[in-house]
Amino acid sequence: MNRKLLSQKPPVLSIALISGAALAYEILLMRLLSIIHWHHFAYMIISVALLGYGASGTFLALSRDRLKGRFSSAFIINAVLFGLTSVICYLLAQSLPFNALEILWDPQQPLWLLCIYLLLFIPFFCAANCICLSFSEFPRQVHRVYCFDLLGAGMGAMAAIAALFLLMPMTALSAVAMLGLLTALVAMIELKSGNLRHRIALLMIIALVAASTHGLEMKLSQFKGLSQALQVQGAAEVDTRSSPLGLLTTVESLSVPFRHAPGLSLNAPGAPPEQLAVFTDGDGMSMITANRGSAEALDYLDYVTSALPYHTLAPSLKGRAPDVLVLGAGGGSDVLQALHLGAARVDAVEVNAQFIRLVRQIFGEFSGFLYDDPRVQVHISEARGFVSSSPRQWDLIQIALLDSFGAAAAGLHALSENYLYTVEAFKEYLGKLRPGGILATTRWIKLPPRDGLKMIATAAMALEQSGINTPGDHLVLIRGWNTSTLLVRNQSFTAGELEQVRQFCRERWFDLAYYPGINEKETNQYNQQQKPWFYQGSKSLLSERREAFFRDYKFDIRPATDDQPYFFHFLKWRSLAEILSLRGQGGLPLLEQGYLILVATLAQAVLASLVLVLLPLWMGGRSRQQGQDGLGRVFAYFLAIGFAFMLVEIAFIQKFILFLSHPLYAVAVVLSAFLVCAGLGSAVSGKWSAKFTIYPVVAGIGVLAVLYVYLLPPLFQQLISLPDMAKIGISAALIAPLAFLMGMPFPLGLSQLARLSPSRVPWAWGINGCASVMGAVLATLLAIHAGFMVVVLFAVLLYFLAAATARKATA
Amino acid sequence: MVIAMYGCTNRLLQHVRFLAAVVFLMTSQLSLADEFEAARQQLVREIHADVLSTSAYIGRKSFNESVMSAIGQVPRHRFVPPGMVSAAYQNRPLPIGHGQTISQPYIVALMTDLLELEAQDKVLEIGTGSGYQAAVLSGLVAEVKTLEIIEALGQQARQRLASLGYDNVEVRIGDGYYGWIDDANEGEAEAEAFDAIIVTAAASHIPPPLVRQLKPGGILVIPVGSRFQVQQLTLIEKSPTGDVTTRQILPVRFVPLTGRH
Repeated sequence: MNRKLLSQKPPVLSIALISGAALAYEILLMRLLSIIHWHHFAYMIISVALLGYGASGTFLALSRDRLKGRFSSAFIINAVLFGLTSVICYLLAQSLPFNALEILWDPQQPLWLLCIYLLLFIPFFCAANCICLSFSEFPRQVHRVYCFDLLGAGMGAMAAIAALFLLMPMTALSAVAMLGLLTALVAMIELKSGNLRHRIALLMIIALVAASTHGLEMKLSQFKGLSQALQVQGAAEVDTRSSPLGLLTTVESLSVPFRHAPGLSLNAPGAPPEQLAVFTDGDGMSMITANRGSAEALDYLDYVTSALPYHTLAPSLKGRAPDVLVLGAGGGSDVLQALHLGAARVDAVEVNAQFIRLVRQIFGEFSGFLYDDPRVQVHISEARGFVSSSPRQWDLIQIALLDSFGAAAAGLHALSENYLYTVEAFKEYLGKLRPGGILATTRWIKLPPRDGLKMIATAAMALEQSGINTPGDHLVLIRGWNTSTLLVRNQSFTAGELEQVRQFCRERWFDLAYYPGINEKETNQYNQQQKPWFYQGSKSLLSERREAFFRDYKFDIRPATDDQPYFFHFLKWRSLAEILSLRGQGGLPLLEQGYLILVATLAQAVLASLVLVLLPLWMGGRSRQQGQDGLGRVFAYFLAIGFAFMLVEIAFIQKFILFLSHPLYAVAVVLSAFLVCAGLGSAVSGKWSAKFTIYPVVAGIGVLAVLYVYLLPPLFQQLISLPDMAKIGISAALIAPLAFLMGMPFPLGLSQLARLSPSRVPWAWGINGCASVMGAVLATLLAIHAGFMVVVLFAVLLYFLAAATARKATA
Repeated sequence: MVIAMYGCTNRLLQHVRFLAAVVFLMTSQLSLADEFEAARQQLVREIHADVLSTSAYIGRKSFNESVMSAIGQVPRHRFVPPGMVSAAYQNRPLPIGHGQTISQPYIVALMTDLLELEAQDKVLEIGTGSGYQAAVLSGLVAEVKTLEIIEALGQQARQRLASLGYDNVEVRIGDGYYGWIDDANEGEAEAEAFDAIIVTAAASHIPPPLVRQLKPGGILVIPVGSRFQVQQLTLIEKSPTGDVTTRQILPVRFVPLTGRH
């Protein structure tokens, strides 16, 4: 190894910059791919592409000899390549004819998907090479390299989210490319490498990239809702704005009105008035409805299933107008409905501030200044957090039908955590209702029923846990031809209210699926299903047969909880073979793609990782390695800590999402705090590396993690009403000690390895990279099946396992 | 002279080559046509088998003979984009551009069958797409009116249907919400004009004006789901007295419960 470099310090600023740029690129890709394809495919593509980290370890393990003495130029070239390929590979990837929807139909689609993996893998590979080269080159300063790697990543996460508020996604992509190229320039200066000509050449490349990436456009899948809406003559985008929460595109359709009214009764007096459609990430249409003061034009809002609670509330309110809470206000359809049907006050909760700006300002006049109506209070907040922290009570809590039918039908939400539809959430809603108040949820109808039944099971369990022994007396379920609405009342329904339910359904040709005292003959009248599935399911779920029904139903309809917040996960493994065999006969909609994609991602990651990890061993041959003993332990150690770090990080991001009431703040704060504090931990561990004390570190992680699992939920309950800034501070403070300790095992192990077997350093980095990818996927899969508590406990176990292998290694 | 002779033979050779090419093309066209025919009949057999296994569920042992014969006659390969011809007779939906698809043949057969058509019927289709569904209907009924909202698709379908000789199909470009507006009738939608209505794209709700265009005793069918996945079919039946009921049909044989409940 070059003596000069040994005495030299690692290019820490460049390391931090490239690491930050790579993390920002990851976050940005997630946005871009969610927009042009769908969120779950974005997840899969990025997970596989991130194996570039693992591959860099493999590559450098194999080409260590050739790169000896060329650290500076290799670092700079990789940074330049990252900058260039980050844009080029994305542009190529989006121009491929990949159609996610055809993946199970068309044998060519997996090949296109593979091409996308390979393309997007390249930039991550280049960025990871920079870090891995630094580890190899500065074996005595591993902790310092890792510290700046993590600090950079932490800053990158923050910067990416900030950038997404300020820039459109494609502009942000060009900024990431610049950052990569800038890193190369900084590295030239830090490493005192390259002459003036080189630097000028690099500056020219930067200028060229800046000029050529200006005005790039995203290429949306032609099957996304937005692309389809724009196909119609006279339809045009009238507004586009972007934030990390999503790209909102407003479309006006002059010649063919949207007329969006899910589940509208066939007996409705008229169609919806003029509407603007707002697409989030090119899908999931939410409407802004023209409100020009004509009550008649809005009468259709009384002819959808979600109008039912306004009718049943009337008898008990005795003429008083209800106070309504709308969760997920979006373009305002449910708010408009509440006002039209006589609400005295509407609290409208929407997480995306840009949505509110659209309705309030940009299309204020069009919406009849809906959000400025004196009866309407708008709150920018995540729904669950708002309910938890608000001191108010309501007569009606209305959960809007937020997701698009297509996404719901294909089971695309299966791997998204959702805290709106858990047993704990329902208990909170019930606690915020005035006596006689109603919680109403509306869902798309799927056949055979899934979400409708899971909803009724969730409500029943929440009622029971709130001390109500006869939940069946508190529930009403009705359905139209494509939506169903469930009412949950905190007191028993009265005879007068039930008469309102029957009348409401009769007038609108909706069907009764369940109410206390229902007779089977009353069901399945207007919208006939092959069997009265909703009625039979509800009856079973509200009887002592509930457990047997959960077991025997071919979909998983057991309620979601805060620990396992996967409401939209319905697939049971034992139904899979049957469903797949029905593909030709229209059986595919029974398949939940989200979950299968998660499993496929894990399978692909494991396979690719095996190749990447085993390749250097095979190619390197036995002769070159002095002694193969300890190989298994090196492998076990870096695999275990790679897994464990991701499991803990992901589990706690989820815990904090509930507390911070905002997924974005939670991800930004928790991720950055984790990475930055772990970076500091790594720096401090440098002082200990001579003694290699892993046990106290692991014991500390174990105690803190387990303590948090049990203490955080009650603590959060107490602190939920604090202002946002205080909550962010508390979160960071809680994460700091845990993350600080978690930053230590990797540099401790790596510096030990650098002393004993320096040629193994890139290999260990590769293992850790692969483990991180698999760990992230495994965390979600484990959480779906066993809950986040198990995820954390499993991670602690892995840390102890790592410690045990390390002790043997040192012995 | 030599040069002139050479020129002659050359020309002759060219003629021979040209003739050979023509013969080759014709025979290959023929064999290609045979191949398509064979593939189409194989598809029909597949659908037959699928129906048999789904029979109890969709309430019939087999699809109407005439429906199956229509599927067996319509050259689906003429309705798909050039790059998709080889997949034309696979039982799967295919993209046709503009974000639209040509439906899975099984679903086309099922939807057509559910309409219970008779030879003298007048049918309205909303969403022409490639024109394939209209072509299938064309051989079964007296008159097919079809509306397409995307202009480019509508025009392509019109030309395609005309060139293939489906003369009883009329394609129009426009909004399907109010059904077929009769020019003769001062732009008003004629009430109770159709024996059957087929909507080929999912909608957020069933347009009430369409139901009004249905004759008493008529049937309207509409798929629910996304472009590549038909979740369920909704059938709207207007009784002879004008009452309207809907039926939801799962297109697949699937019992959601095991055990006794």
